[in-house]
Amino acid sequence: MSMTVSTESATGVVTTGPGAPISASGPETKTQIKPYTMNFGPQHPAAHGVLRLVMELNGEVVERCDPHIGLLHRGTEKLIEYKTYIQAVPYFDRLDYVSPMCMEHAYVLGIENLLQIKAPLRAQYIRVLFSEITRILNHILSITTGALDVGAITPALWGFEEREILMEFYERVSGARLHANYFRPGGVAWDIPDGLLDDIWAFTERFPKFMDDLESLLTENRIFKQRTVDIGIVTKEQALDWAFTGPMLRGSGVAWDLRKSQPYEVYDRMEFDVPVGLTGDCWARYLVRMEEMKQSLRIIRQCCKEMPAGPYKIEDRKVSPPPRGEMKRSMEALIHHFKLFTEGFHVPAGETYTAIEAPKGEFGVYLVSDGTNKPYRCKIRAPGFAHLQGLDFMSKGHMLADAVANIASMDIVFGEIDR
Amino acid sequence: MSEQALKELGDVIAAKIGGDVLKVEVKLGELMVTVKRPAILAVLTALRDDPDTRFEQLTDITAVDYPDRAERFEVVYQLLSYTHNRRMRVKLATDEDTPVPSAVSVFSAANWFEREAWDLFGVFFENHPDLRRILTDYGFEGHPFRKDFPLTGYVEARYDEDQKRVIYEPVRLTQDFRAFDFLSPWEGMTNVMLPGDEKAALQDGSKKP
Repeated sequence: MSMTVSTESATGVVTTGPGAPISASGPETKTQIKPYTMNFGPQHPAAHGVLRLVMELNGEVVERCDPHIGLLHRGTEKLIEYKTYIQAVPYFDRLDYVSPMCMEHAYVLGIENLLQIKAPLRAQYIRVLFSEITRILNHILSITTGALDVGAITPALWGFEEREILMEFYERVSGARLHANYFRPGGVAWDIPDGLLDDIWAFTERFPKFMDDLESLLTENRIFKQRTVDIGIVTKEQALDWAFTGPMLRGSGVAWDLRKSQPYEVYDRMEFDVPVGLTGDCWARYLVRMEEMKQSLRIIRQCCKEMPAGPYKIEDRKVSPPPRGEMKRSMEALIHHFKLFTEGFHVPAGETYTAIEAPKGEFGVYLVSDGTNKPYRCKIRAPGFAHLQGLDFMSKGHMLADAVANIASMDIVFGEIDR
Repeated sequence: MSEQALKELGDVIAAKIGGDVLKVEVKLGELMVTVKRPAILAVLTALRDDPDTRFEQLTDITAVDYPDRAERFEVVYQLLSYTHNRRMRVKLATDEDTPVPSAVSVFSAANWFEREAWDLFGVFFENHPDLRRILTDYGFEGHPFRKDFPLTGYVEARYDEDQKRVIYEPVRLTQDFRAFDFLSPWEGMTNVMLPGDEKAALQDGSKKP
């Protein structure tokens, strides 16, 4: 499928679709435009993954848009039912692979709720710190590739450089750039290495310059505004009705952020603001994400400054494994270690729905435990899944190229939608 | 939100909806209400519109499979109130053959959530505008998230060089699927006699201290 990104489409200049035969004989000849169905994807750079859209077009105007998803369905929820609680953590990295640690966060909080334990303060700070690093990581990708979809290539090139710096923090703390597998029920896997906090602090001092550069490229850019202002408007009522969350909801003027309204971990100690969009269009969502990055920086700085000393995971040996050194000397520690990595721990029967404010919106995990060492059911509530089903009403009446802008502003990642 | 406040909210809901509520529970600080299947639309509408509840958003719909129960599926609706900053869940039971009224007329978001529950569990939703499969492959058979559906599935796809197309074949595992049951010695072995245990038992059958 070929598609030209035209800046004219948003300004209202009439363009003829590829299906409309343009006659050369003069303006008095009437052109007949026939509605037709077009297949978009599943392999298309603007589809942000393996999205297949079956679109009914009238000329270049979208009349109906039916997303076909599931091309990346791996049955994560079923796989988790066959794994112990700790073994299931890495699956969460592979859901929304642009913001891995936030996914883990929801899952470990769910387990902690079932076990009725709480991570030590230092672990909570580390988790919040890395959740916010993850948010920046996610928003850089979302904004810059969104800009790429509407015709700007430079932000993507600049943004990926910054992402690489953040991924280095990931690597230093967990050993992996992407699939961190760092959070654990009851804390985190390892303590943060020496000097990392200083480097993160240095990053927060440098990063605003990058944000200014990015803003100077995009925010008041004429072409960017032509492509995003008044495109894909979502009203407050629609956002609630279609289960929109995160920037999609805040872009429509609903001041709602789970970090503020239902604070988990140490978010109630953090000082930050929740940006709210006024117009509910793609541009408003872009502005919300931009501002959220600045607020994340504030939280990161507070975490670096206030990072308490102490244990980084719970001392209960029935849940968290003993340190390596202790295992070499203590028989009991060795037994605990062996039991945890074969049988795992048992979780009391019960069920919980735990939601966090992931960069894309409300990411929830509905965990049902039957008292054994494996989850009986683990339903993952992905924000992108709800957003993508709104693509039909958001794109109706827009040009084909605007549907692409809509997809970009939803921040679609197929790992979490298809699960 | 305190457990007490949630209990009170549960009582308010039970009083408003009346006979359609089967059970109200508050566990782990979360409110759960089990309702009769045919009443679900009335319940969701009431919860959404009543000023005391105002659950404006349907966060999720999912199903849980309990093969031992008479009605094996539990359909779970997660609700969120922005006005009161509360969550709750509504549950109902159904089986393979009994349809559940579709919630699309109450919450538009229910559309895909119900398609997913249909696809993965085979829970049928009545009056759904477009109940197609959503996550599984085109032409997929069965409902993979049921407990009696094997993890490995039944068919696998590969590209056939001779036929020049993707073909489906029965799953062939080079190594048998290994499911380890670690639910053993420590917690589960209190009333079991292993070979040799009889030596520890006294003549009258009681165990040595």
